[in-house]
Amino acid sequence: MILLGINSIINNIPFLLEGLGVTIALTVVSVTLATVFGILLAMGRCYTRQPLPFLIYIYEKVFRGLPLLIIFFLVYFGLSQQGIHIKAFYAAVTGLVLHSTAYQIQIFRSAILAIPEGQQTAAMSLGMSKPKTIFYIILPQVLRLSIPGWSNEFTILLKDTSIAFSIGVVELMARGDAINSMNPSGILHVLLFIALLYFILVFSINKGLNYLEKRYRLSGYEVTAVQ
Amino acid sequence: MRSLPELLEGVPITLLLTFCAISAGFALGLLLALGRVYGKKGISYSCIAYLEIFRGTPLLVQLFIIYYGLPNIGIIFSPLLAALLGLSLNSAAYQAEYLRGSIQAIPANQMIAGRTLGMTRFQSIRTIILPQALRISIPAWSNELIYLLKYTSIVVYIQVRDLTFQAKDIAAQSSRYLETFLVVALIYLLFTILFSEIVDRVEKRVRIPGVGLSPRIVKRNMKIPFKT
Amino acid sequence: MHMLEVVDIYKSYGSCEVLKGLSFTVDKDETKVIIGTSGTGKSTLLKCINQLDPPDKGEVWLEGEDITNPSIDLNRIRQKIGFVFQDFNLFNHLTALQNVSIGLEKVKKIEKENAREKALEELRRVGLEKQSCQYPAQLSGGQKQRVGIARALAMDPAIILFDEPTSALDPELIGDVLDVMKNLAGKVAMLIVTHEMGFARNVADEIIFMEGGTIIESGPPEQMFNNPKKERTRQFLGRISTLYGKE
Repeated sequence: MILLGINSIINNIPFLLEGLGVTIALTVVSVTLATVFGILLAMGRCYTRQPLPFLIYIYEKVFRGLPLLIIFFLVYFGLSQQGIHIKAFYAAVTGLVLHSTAYQIQIFRSAILAIPEGQQTAAMSLGMSKPKTIFYIILPQVLRLSIPGWSNEFTILLKDTSIAFSIGVVELMARGDAINSMNPSGILHVLLFIALLYFILVFSINKGLNYLEKRYRLSGYEVTAVQ
Repeated sequence: MRSLPELLEGVPITLLLTFCAISAGFALGLLLALGRVYGKKGISYSCIAYLEIFRGTPLLVQLFIIYYGLPNIGIIFSPLLAALLGLSLNSAAYQAEYLRGSIQAIPANQMIAGRTLGMTRFQSIRTIILPQALRISIPAWSNELIYLLKYTSIVVYIQVRDLTFQAKDIAAQSSRYLETFLVVALIYLLFTILFSEIVDRVEKRVRIPGVGLSPRIVKRNMKIPFKT
Repeated sequence: MHMLEVVDIYKSYGSCEVLKGLSFTVDKDETKVIIGTSGTGKSTLLKCINQLDPPDKGEVWLEGEDITNPSIDLNRIRQKIGFVFQDFNLFNHLTALQNVSIGLEKVKKIEKENAREKALEELRRVGLEKQSCQYPAQLSGGQKQRVGIARALAMDPAIILFDEPTSALDPELIGDVLDVMKNLAGKVAMLIVTHEMGFARNVADEIIFMEGGTIIESGPPEQMFNNPKKERTRQFLGRISTLYGKE
């Protein structure tokens, strides 16, 4: 039994590692885009005139309330029904970014709100313009404060990429599913091996970002952002 | 639209899964949190291992292991039971983390004060620490409820006939993907908004005057720099 | 031409009128101290001067230029008006040195090397060159405020406004900050809101007593402390000196 399982892992290692590559690519592309949009929209929500903040708020509410799976279906099948065909990989990126951005706005916005008002007043009293104040004074502090929340979101997104198999992206989970339909008798070990791969990824992201947080922590200044 | 009744057939399953898993997850999560904070070294480490494993792997993989993997060693669950088990075990890990945060947010003096009254450790935890910790954890818990509701949708991949399952079925038959999934999206959205409103109300109801304003409230009252 | 001229300014928040027609001037290298009970609009006045909170009516002239004119570039003007805050407002993510140099680098566009050098010089002036690499959270309140003063000084302002610079400090730290300010007297124009009567008496060229959004009386320290013209001034200074002891 165990031998059978180990055999099916070994036989499938190249197949699984290819899937792992897709998972990593999906994660990196999506998390990068979602972070950029998250920061921009968080600033949009805090620093612009109505109706923009309200629209961003609606966006957040909607995409935090929808299951990722349904977002995938809408983007992939919905669009193709309208005659717009995009590759499953890009549909998955779109879905993940739409979903994760909604959460990241919240993370960065909390951090912006945690910066004392005096920081901005002081910058203005030196003659700094609003964009300069945001860029040199507010953002560097916001990014530091956001690291814990952001790294949490990073790992959630990584785990969420597994759902992309639903629209046919051949990432790690899809490889597991394929092996399952070909040879269900040794699937337990293969699935445990897949779980292990995910675990290693999540674990290294956490450790890496922990290190980053410590590295950029300001001595004596340990304010935690409002979660 | 004629398929709406068929679609709605999946709703009870989705809600059932959500409520059962959040309750079972809470019970197990509470034990894990207490074990982690107050348990002896061995217990504490086992709890940490559990949390790390279940938070470190995707829910979908966990469901696959339970439904497709365990039959390899002779353990067979029905789809619904497998879904329930997977969602509960997974949610327990997340809820344990929220609860631990809340327990550790209660000042140590509260425990000491309880003990000076002659309470046992267990009594202090039950009557002093937990009533405060549970209140603090409501906002995080509400997030977890929403997450769970949303993630029940993936049980469709272990053959559970939930809302999403019905939607996929109808969409495939009628090839009206956009319309069907928009309607389903609306249904999920309705429930997520409804749930978060209800939990909000509950939180306000049970708040202790002057203690532990939820972060959400603090945020609302905070001045936004540059507000125009 | 006066360095700073405030002409009849008014400011209200909702129905609450905080400033009711104030006028005064500050000349080159002159030190003026504003005193008065809390809540009489002293801080509001300072914020009206550097346009952080523009006045509703009236004019503020800086070096012969009307800076309440809406078409003026406020960022250019604010470089010329140093501001020292009650609660320091140092940039939390920057070292003491960077706090002083950032305005030079990003606003005045001075080259990094030169900006650092100048910043270090200003830190030396306030006695903090040894702390130049520390972050605000590692400094004492008094040190923070001296960095705040250095930050304002570095911009070579025409005038520095001080908004109760010592009232957030522990009593034993106040002296260091006041010493720094004393050394500046006569070298740069200063407008200081403070409750430190001893300092006001020794350092000010003129004292302005403010209450209820207007100036009750102003004059040189000796006259204000020994021979005030208004009964209200006498009452206020009498109460202050019983509170804080005569110096």
